[in-house]
Amino acid sequence: MSDTPTILSLRHVGKTFDVKGRKIEALRDANLDVKRGEFVCLLGASGCGKSTLLRIVAGFETASSGEVLMWNRPIEGPDPTRGMVFQDYGLFPWLTVRDNIGFGPASRRRPSREVKDTADHFIDLVGLGKFADVYPHQLSGGMKQRVAIARVLANEAEMVLMDEPFGALDAMTRERLQDELLELWDRTKLTVLFVTHSIEEAVVLSNRVIVMSAGPGRIDSDITVNLPRPRDVSSQDFNELRRSLSGKLHSHHGKVAA
Amino acid sequence: MSVAADRNQTPPAATAPRRQIAFEAARLKQPALALLLPLLVLILWHLATAGKAYSLIPPPAQVGLAFYDLAFGGIRNDFFSGTLLTHVIASVSRVYGGFFLAVLAALPLGLLIGRIEVVRQMLDPMLQILRPIPVTAWLPLAMIIFGIGPTSAIFLVFLGAFYPILINTVFGVRSVEPRLFEAASMLGCTPSAQFAKVVLPASLPAIFTGLRLGLGFAWMIIVIGEMTGVPTGLGAIIMEARQLSRTEIVICGMIAIGVAGFISDRIILMIGRKLLSWSPNHV
Repeated sequence: MSDTPTILSLRHVGKTFDVKGRKIEALRDANLDVKRGEFVCLLGASGCGKSTLLRIVAGFETASSGEVLMWNRPIEGPDPTRGMVFQDYGLFPWLTVRDNIGFGPASRRRPSREVKDTADHFIDLVGLGKFADVYPHQLSGGMKQRVAIARVLANEAEMVLMDEPFGALDAMTRERLQDELLELWDRTKLTVLFVTHSIEEAVVLSNRVIVMSAGPGRIDSDITVNLPRPRDVSSQDFNELRRSLSGKLHSHHGKVAA
Repeated sequence: MSVAADRNQTPPAATAPRRQIAFEAARLKQPALALLLPLLVLILWHLATAGKAYSLIPPPAQVGLAFYDLAFGGIRNDFFSGTLLTHVIASVSRVYGGFFLAVLAALPLGLLIGRIEVVRQMLDPMLQILRPIPVTAWLPLAMIIFGIGPTSAIFLVFLGAFYPILINTVFGVRSVEPRLFEAASMLGCTPSAQFAKVVLPASLPAIFTGLRLGLGFAWMIIVIGEMTGVPTGLGAIIMEARQLSRTEIVICGMIAIGVAGFISDRIILMIGRKLLSWSPNHV
């Protein structure tokens, strides 16, 4: 991994929101390097700035201080190279599954033949072949999130940003989608930045867990996960790591309270 | 429980026709319910007016005859006989003329006001001051500006339909989920392209509500619009008949407006259902 190029760098990134004249520091001095092809989880309780960090990387928010670089160039606003998967899906309700997935290529003025072929390819990839001509409100939550993932992949994103994407799904569907996501990641070699508050989810999915804490939001520790894949949630190593992460998260809570 | 079990054991041969009857009854229930109130009104109307020598309101039977004469002629053969179609065509053309002009003006204006802050600050105060002025108050001015004739009528219908379309369009644009703009921009849709690819489709349900209300208003305004001295139109015959004390013709005109307005509402509703089949709230 050491000779893999760095795709994303954050240098002393801070973010302060102005809420009704009151300054709220959401993120302080965040430093992070992500290499191409890594699966990085941002783990923390609510208010730790993990979603803010992700939204800064996406370009939806601008950092109040510091530098955010992709391939050593500053990030200036949203860009198709960084695709976002939202917890609430963010699908276009007036477009069918096929047109939702084709939205990116169509926006980038690809020929309509190519748009359709691309869309159909990714519809099959996420197993929604039968639902290509269906509108989002007719789909289950898990299917909607598959569409949202396919939409980002169809747009040739280099980095996929996921903001608690499985948080609104039931446990069974969540586990299935986690497996599917890992399979896609393995096949596409994409870089994934994944926000979650579930320790187990972080350990199941990632190469690296970035533990964050609140008050103000900041990065506390950067833990490499070397467990073999597919990961066995009942193995001793898995549980040791889970316990250690849990300890880290809770010790920070203690600090905030004190 | 036991009662239910007994019911289930009824031989199928006996339930089949009964079920059919139940089905037929359910299918007829809605139109039957809808007809109940008009029937009651007709009966009360008849009882209150029929056979009275000095009733100012004609009984329903007389209105029915007058309607037939207005539509096909052959009964009284007077000034009004057989003219219904002419008047309906005249009113429909003014209603839709004014309505389409209102759509043409209110839709782009609503999109701009809803989306661009400067436009809103510039136009909104003026439009909000003009809004409470009733269409009737515009009548004298309209006749001075556009003269006596159908143009004034079209202008007044335009005014009536303009505001519901504008206000609903602005509302629709302003209530587009911010998430959809984020989704569009991370997929490479430029802010200027988002107007057509996000703002317009996302606000379509609200726009349709505005169009429906606007068309309804257009039909309400047509009588006032046709008070501007035009010789044809449903509003014109109502005014004409009023001056001649032909109350049965007045009522015929009212019924014709009601029916025409109802039909045009059904048409727009059908178009809306087609275009908004994606929206869970419009199915």
